[in-house]
Amino acid sequence: MIKENIAFKNLFVTVGTTKFSKLIDTITKKEVLDILQSLGITFVQLQTGKDFPGPKLDPNVEQLCSIRSESGSYTVELEKKITLKYNEYFEDFNNEIEKSDLVISHAGAGTCLEVLHKKKPLLVVINEDLMDNHQMELAEELENQGYLYHCTCNTLVQALKQDFSALKHYSKPEKFVFSRFLDKCIGLSDGK
Amino acid sequence: MLRLLQGLNFKNYTPRYYFIASSDTTSLSKIKELEQSVEKHKQGEYHICKIPRSRVVNQSYITSIFTTLYAILYSIPLVFKIVPDLILCNGPGTCIPVCGLGFLLKTLFIKDVKIVFVESFCRTRTLSLSGKILLYLADVFVVQWMCLKDRIQRADYIGQLM
Repeated sequence: MIKENIAFKNLFVTVGTTKFSKLIDTITKKEVLDILQSLGITFVQLQTGKDFPGPKLDPNVEQLCSIRSESGSYTVELEKKITLKYNEYFEDFNNEIEKSDLVISHAGAGTCLEVLHKKKPLLVVINEDLMDNHQMELAEELENQGYLYHCTCNTLVQALKQDFSALKHYSKPEKFVFSRFLDKCIGLSDGK
Repeated sequence: MLRLLQGLNFKNYTPRYYFIASSDTTSLSKIKELEQSVEKHKQGEYHICKIPRSRVVNQSYITSIFTTLYAILYSIPLVFKIVPDLILCNGPGTCIPVCGLGFLLKTLFIKDVKIVFVESFCRTRTLSLSGKILLYLADVFVVQWMCLKDRIQRADYIGQLM
């Protein structure tokens, strides 16, 4: 059962500077779009990364929509119910995070932190094609502590059915924790 | 790393030399942004030193030996000229040559350099390669997760940093 206690309208999907076209393509699968709509999402902003070849839609979806493209950005309208917008990159990521109600992101630490600091519900999708994937460590730990959910492209549908209102807010660190520690290390203060 | 410096009283830490990988333009602009956020009279002096990377992500260990060697040679005159009191680093390949040379200054009794290492936020259960090396060189070894501290006896966990 999907809880309806959070009103989602805008979804932001981001791959950062990585290459993760599998995630972008997964979002536009019929079963994923269905669940997004059932969550109330009407607008999906996808940040695709460099050299994006254009939307690759599920054949079941493609018949039902219109595609517009202008200067590297694509807009897909699906039966007037959901709009997908594709951009390769944003100068101001913070602004896109701020505008969204839910973020689906690659497992980069920087992106995860930005989203968590802005207290937005976050689903991290692990790129299984990356070897030596220690970013998974981080996603698992942050999930264990209840700050986000993580999944793979294959389990995205199931993961979206979880209760995002149950996630804990991640608080920013106290500004002087490290400087006080460092002062103490070099004998500048008694560390009190 | 720059996030950690935000709370620092720059007056006590001057001059500051930022060592960054020559290909790293993001850090370059972030350093300038951080330095400009500090009031002029509290700022002191800072310099940016670009050095070659000793290892890029996923580079093989064999070729890393040569690139590291090059990075070390490149860093020698810089470190011996600066003779730092404190080296603060957070783990990318860039920091290994600098820390190694800092350690050398110490063993040669030229300067009692303090090396402070902060392991990456990504590392919750295992150490990075830099971490494994610096376990032997660093005076202070900070990890950002309690579960990692439990495994590494000599590490310090000082609370949430990011």
